[in-house]
Amino acid sequence: MQIDKDLVTYLETLGRIALSEEQRAETEKDLQSILDYIDTLNELDTDGVEPASHSFPVANVVREDEVTNTARADEILQNAPDSREGCFAVPKTVE
Amino acid sequence: MEWEIVMGLEVHTELATKTKIFCGCSTAFGGEPNTHVCEICSGMPGTLPLLNRRVVEYAVRTGLATNCNITRKNKFDRKNYFYPDLPKAYQISQLYLPICRNGFIEVKAADGGTKKIGIHEIHMEEDAGKLVHDEFSDCTLVDYNRCGVPLLEIVSEPDFREASEVVDYLEKLRAILQFTGVSDCKMQEGSLRADVNLSVRPKGQAEFGTRTEMKNLNSFRAIARAIEYESRRQIDILEDGGKVVQETRRWDDTRGVSYAMRSKEDAQDYKYFPEPDLPPIEISDAFIEKVKAEMPELPEAKKRRYIEELGLPEYDTSILTSDLAFVRLFEATEKLCQSPKDAANWIMGEVMKLLNDSGTLPEDMTLSPEKLAAVINMVKAGKINRGTGKTVLEKVFSQDVDPETYVKENNLAQITDLSALRPVLEEVIAANEKSVSEYKGGKTQAMGYIMGQAMRALKGKAPAQEVQKLLHEMLDS
Repeated sequence: MQIDKDLVTYLETLGRIALSEEQRAETEKDLQSILDYIDTLNELDTDGVEPASHSFPVANVVREDEVTNTARADEILQNAPDSREGCFAVPKTVE
Repeated sequence: MEWEIVMGLEVHTELATKTKIFCGCSTAFGGEPNTHVCEICSGMPGTLPLLNRRVVEYAVRTGLATNCNITRKNKFDRKNYFYPDLPKAYQISQLYLPICRNGFIEVKAADGGTKKIGIHEIHMEEDAGKLVHDEFSDCTLVDYNRCGVPLLEIVSEPDFREASEVVDYLEKLRAILQFTGVSDCKMQEGSLRADVNLSVRPKGQAEFGTRTEMKNLNSFRAIARAIEYESRRQIDILEDGGKVVQETRRWDDTRGVSYAMRSKEDAQDYKYFPEPDLPPIEISDAFIEKVKAEMPELPEAKKRRYIEELGLPEYDTSILTSDLAFVRLFEATEKLCQSPKDAANWIMGEVMKLLNDSGTLPEDMTLSPEKLAAVINMVKAGKINRGTGKTVLEKVFSQDVDPETYVKENNLAQITDLSALRPVLEEVIAANEKSVSEYKGGKTQAMGYIMGQAMRALKGKAPAQEVQKLLHEMLDS
């Protein structure tokens, strides 16, 4: 895969970061070399091999549909940087 | 130029589980903000999701009821986006291996026949929290009570051509979800939400036009209006030589317009990748067989049974199976009054009229089958006439009175002792000398008037046939 300047700009948007021109050039070079390295894997014959998403052969880990948690808004809200009226308060975000 | 509208639907339905999809928090609607929240659904570092078994069961149930193939090896994926309604900054969803695929629902086609609407896929995911944007301060308040409530997203193929098909599909889908117990489908509480993808193209053209996605459609009526508005808007743009922009639009039902919310994201904007915190879900034949065996009776099967076993006309069965509340009321009432057709008629006539007039939704109805059956039985036994029956039912419906007590206390029962009629009729004859002599003089139409006076004096509580017979006896001699 070829990394170019447009792709780096697009990744900046997705990652919500702003790079300087120098950083962009550097990122382009670094990403290209990382991807080239990963490309080595494409030399392997993976026909008939299922893609793995997990390292352990475990499946179907589930729980029963029973309520185990009780209301403790005060405690939970202590994890919030700011809270008001029983709610998490965050910088104004209007879609 | 003649235009064709092409639509597909994305329906989100909140599942009727007791707990959230990945933690033991309650899914009960309402409740003070953040009281159904724990470390897992508020996205605290170091927590791990643990899948609710019933979500898988309900997803398979829905898939089977909509003729889908069930995916045997399932996994979850992360959909990453930055918005505070999801505190983890990603939603756990299914992209690569959705649990159900390639199904269909049959709907009424605009030309009167039936038409299969394809179901592309159904996948499991988690709902987001609720944001309140404070007008007077610079902050947004977040309530995570809904965050982590299990959802199914049901994605149709772009098979719709008319708004009526969309509405019929949603009604069918809602009935299936309600009948299978998968969701209560309350649109006003957000447990059934539909987004409409819509594009237009010149009739006969094979390629699709550029589509928009419409959100915030909170009622079937709003959906029909939004489709009308959006198709008109796109046709106007194209006829003026413009181009439709691919975007997400929000419907404002009060103003009857939609407006652009944001440009439509591509799947890659969400940086999907396999969810490492959840091991895969493997679905066995035995599991599918068990779900099949436990499947409640679906609307189509109910219709067939009502026709074959209860002898109802097909028209009645369609109406009764349009909502689970009607089915529950009908099945219990029919057993209590031993007359399916009477039960069906009263529900389709009086009960639906009362719901309409009072603006009550079927699911909020408090009328019990016992009380409805009591009214029907009194009418059937001739204890009260049909008109009185309607009055009584209205009182039961609005004030939950006991029908038998109400009839007794208000003296509404029919006069069954015929000897009690004679003195009343004698008075009527005495008070209407003129009409009586006209009748005796050969003017037979005068009987109608005398009859009316008699029924009035009896307050309509005697069988008209008996009254007329008795009057003839008294006057014709």
